[in-house]
Amino acid sequence: MTTVISPPESPAGSPAPRASRGFTFPTRFLPVIATIALFIAMFGVGSFRYEGFSSPQTLLSVLVDNSHLIVLAVGMTFVILTGGIDLSVGSVVALSTMIAAETLRAGWAAPLVIVTVLLTGSVLGLLMGLVIHYFEIQPFIVTLAGMFLARGLCYVISLESIPIKNETFTSFASGTIEIGDYFITPSVIVALVVLVIAAVVLHMTRFGRTVYAVGGSEQSALLMGLAVARTKVGVYVISGFCSALAGLLFSIYTLSGYNLGAVGMELDAIAAVVIGGTLLTGGSGLVLGSAVGVLVLGLIQSFISFDGTLSSWWTKITIGVLLLVFVLIQRLFTRRTT
Amino acid sequence: MIQMTAEAAEATRTEPVVQMSGVSVSFPGVKALQSVGLTLRPGEVHALMGENGAGKSTLIKALTGVYSIDEGTIIVGGEPRTFHSPAESQAAGISTVYQEVNLCTNLTVAENMLLGREPRSFGRIDTRAMNRRAGETLTRLGLDIDPKSQLGTHPIAIQQLVAIARAVDIDAELLILDEPTSSLDADEVAKLFEVMRTLRAEGVAIVFVSHFLEQVFAISDRMTVLRNGQFVGEYLTAETTQLQLVQAMIGRELETLEKIEQAAEEHTVKTQGAPLMEVIDLGRKGSVESVDLQLFEGEVIGIAGLLGSGRTELARLLFGADTPDHGDMRMRSKGTKLRTPRQAIDHKIAFSSENRRSEGVIADLSIADNMVLAMQASRGWLRPIPARTKDRLVRKYIEALDIRPADPNALMRNLSGGNQQKVLLARWLITEPELLILDEPTRGIDIGAKAQIQQLVADLSKDGMSVVFISAELEEVLRLSDRLVVMRDRRKIDERANEDVTVSDVLEIIAGEVRNDA
Repeated sequence: MTTVISPPESPAGSPAPRASRGFTFPTRFLPVIATIALFIAMFGVGSFRYEGFSSPQTLLSVLVDNSHLIVLAVGMTFVILTGGIDLSVGSVVALSTMIAAETLRAGWAAPLVIVTVLLTGSVLGLLMGLVIHYFEIQPFIVTLAGMFLARGLCYVISLESIPIKNETFTSFASGTIEIGDYFITPSVIVALVVLVIAAVVLHMTRFGRTVYAVGGSEQSALLMGLAVARTKVGVYVISGFCSALAGLLFSIYTLSGYNLGAVGMELDAIAAVVIGGTLLTGGSGLVLGSAVGVLVLGLIQSFISFDGTLSSWWTKITIGVLLLVFVLIQRLFTRRTT
Repeated sequence: MIQMTAEAAEATRTEPVVQMSGVSVSFPGVKALQSVGLTLRPGEVHALMGENGAGKSTLIKALTGVYSIDEGTIIVGGEPRTFHSPAESQAAGISTVYQEVNLCTNLTVAENMLLGREPRSFGRIDTRAMNRRAGETLTRLGLDIDPKSQLGTHPIAIQQLVAIARAVDIDAELLILDEPTSSLDADEVAKLFEVMRTLRAEGVAIVFVSHFLEQVFAISDRMTVLRNGQFVGEYLTAETTQLQLVQAMIGRELETLEKIEQAAEEHTVKTQGAPLMEVIDLGRKGSVESVDLQLFEGEVIGIAGLLGSGRTELARLLFGADTPDHGDMRMRSKGTKLRTPRQAIDHKIAFSSENRRSEGVIADLSIADNMVLAMQASRGWLRPIPARTKDRLVRKYIEALDIRPADPNALMRNLSGGNQQKVLLARWLITEPELLILDEPTRGIDIGAKAQIQQLVADLSKDGMSVVFISAELEEVLRLSDRLVVMRDRRKIDERANEDVTVSDVLEIIAGEVRNDA
């Protein structure tokens, strides 16, 4: 699935602009290549230190365990590319699991449940986007409010966790797709499809180009006569939709609705996007990078579980260090180019 | 009328592309445009002229839909139109290139040229067609720029040309260039003019805003002059001289300035006895080398010099904003050391900084609050100024300095640069200083306010106040000062009485020193 990008073995090998791909230029790929290099290096170190780490299943398991986070990070990438931020996504994931579990318990049909959840997430995103754009309020504050609202709504639905026993959901959860001796789950396919669609939208549609333009300079985009309002609101709808979809995948992964679930997941998503090379100021970054960023986070967890002696808090510490290093690299990078 | 064919356009060639008449725009407390007209014809370069704050940018923004107009009509292609956003005016064939490049440096040249109008096939952006079309437009304008390169990798001049290429690609009938040459060198200006001539020959109407008179005379066919938000007149470039244009731009302020000069010449200072302030061998490492200076009561000392010559640094030493390493200072023959501005204020010295926005104006406070700040500081924060005193002082200075709006409660952010400067001057005048240090008090304000501030300095010195006047505009320094100090390379290189000194004399002093060094 990573055939879209140039092979990581030759990061500096193609300095000349290639005619085959008009929208690409080498500097844009540098941060993503750095992330991929980091991922490969981590995998190499793990394979060297731990028996069985080098199996392809290690990688596939990372995908399986983090497919919801990939979807979340994709939505977050849209928002961050415009220079915004969405803190509500973790709570929207939890709310989505609660709505799914509760409506399924009430006997709704699975397709209706899915549509309801996706609609709820999108509408929440729409409302936040409208407030951010038309009232000119900081996205940080608006989505913080959205975060509390969604988390609070979880408790309105139920004070306890609700198990999911619906057949469609359970069969989806237990389903596996064999690839030779290894396997992935249907959720992985969903995540990869979302990733591809997002990449196409960002690079091959006017909406996508406007996302980058707004992130580059909102004032310029406005003076160029671009649809800034529609784009700015649109990215929050996309993020809301992706959060709801991630919530569905998460509810399938855990087979329950849990109102305390996914606490802090918005921060994991932001970390993945930043480690994936997207500038927090907007305008630069690839959705593929965010997916690799999620894999890096996932691989850290694999490290911990393979080691067995490390406390799981090392995950957080490592993520913190990586995040700092990548932000510093970005800082140097942008300073060099400006 | 956007789809007007070439023949139809030819037939209506004399019809103006845009006709604005009686246009008024006002902001809170400020009338930015009063009944201004502008007529733009196809195939003509029309220069829009005026001093800073004359209303050029406001007029352009009123036309392109950034600001909404209070009164007046805008006729585009024969139909009355009101635009509510830049997108609407663009759709009607009006493209604008602003002084600051308004493009996205994170995207490629081709993307910037075609954003919002990308060629598509099956809903997908056809990148190849986009690069080809951008390349064609660039070639047509004689520009050798790779459409696939990232915009941010090019210098500002090239970005400016790309912005024009974008405007041209829109099939603009009217192209507005708002100070496009301010960041370009001579070769780049020549390149820009070539592009402008190409477009003019194609029948595009071009509005050209520039501060460089030579450029305006080189490229424009017609000129409209604005002054203080009002229409002065429309002139044919070929029938106008530079002097006539300057007079139209400056207007009766020219007379005021001549009067000030006369008053300053008649103004005499007693340079006997003890000076108000005397500094001997005053200096600070890395800022100013040892300076000797005497300043008498009622005297205006002008400090001339290039940027970075140590003008501002000297002022900061005199005010105690920086502490000198060596040298002595005497106030009224008494040895004095100024270590903080607070001590300087106690010695009745006032200092108005060159950085009006960052070091003076508090934008979210009212005129009254801004004015009493220095007085309050010198009294100490525990002794508030009685409301009645404050009210009286504020009203007195609003009237004396002709500050507009004359409302003590108006917020500073809504004032024009000239009026903000006057409030800052009032802030120091309220403390009744004996020595007033003014660093670039007239920078970036309109000619009317400039004249008023110069008048004020002349009046103050007549009443016995000593003034140190620093300005990059030599005419201003020469007009006001009794004595002239010339600085270069952080040193005082000359001091002389300001009698029959001309601008070129001063330039020679500055340049002459360079020759001696070499």
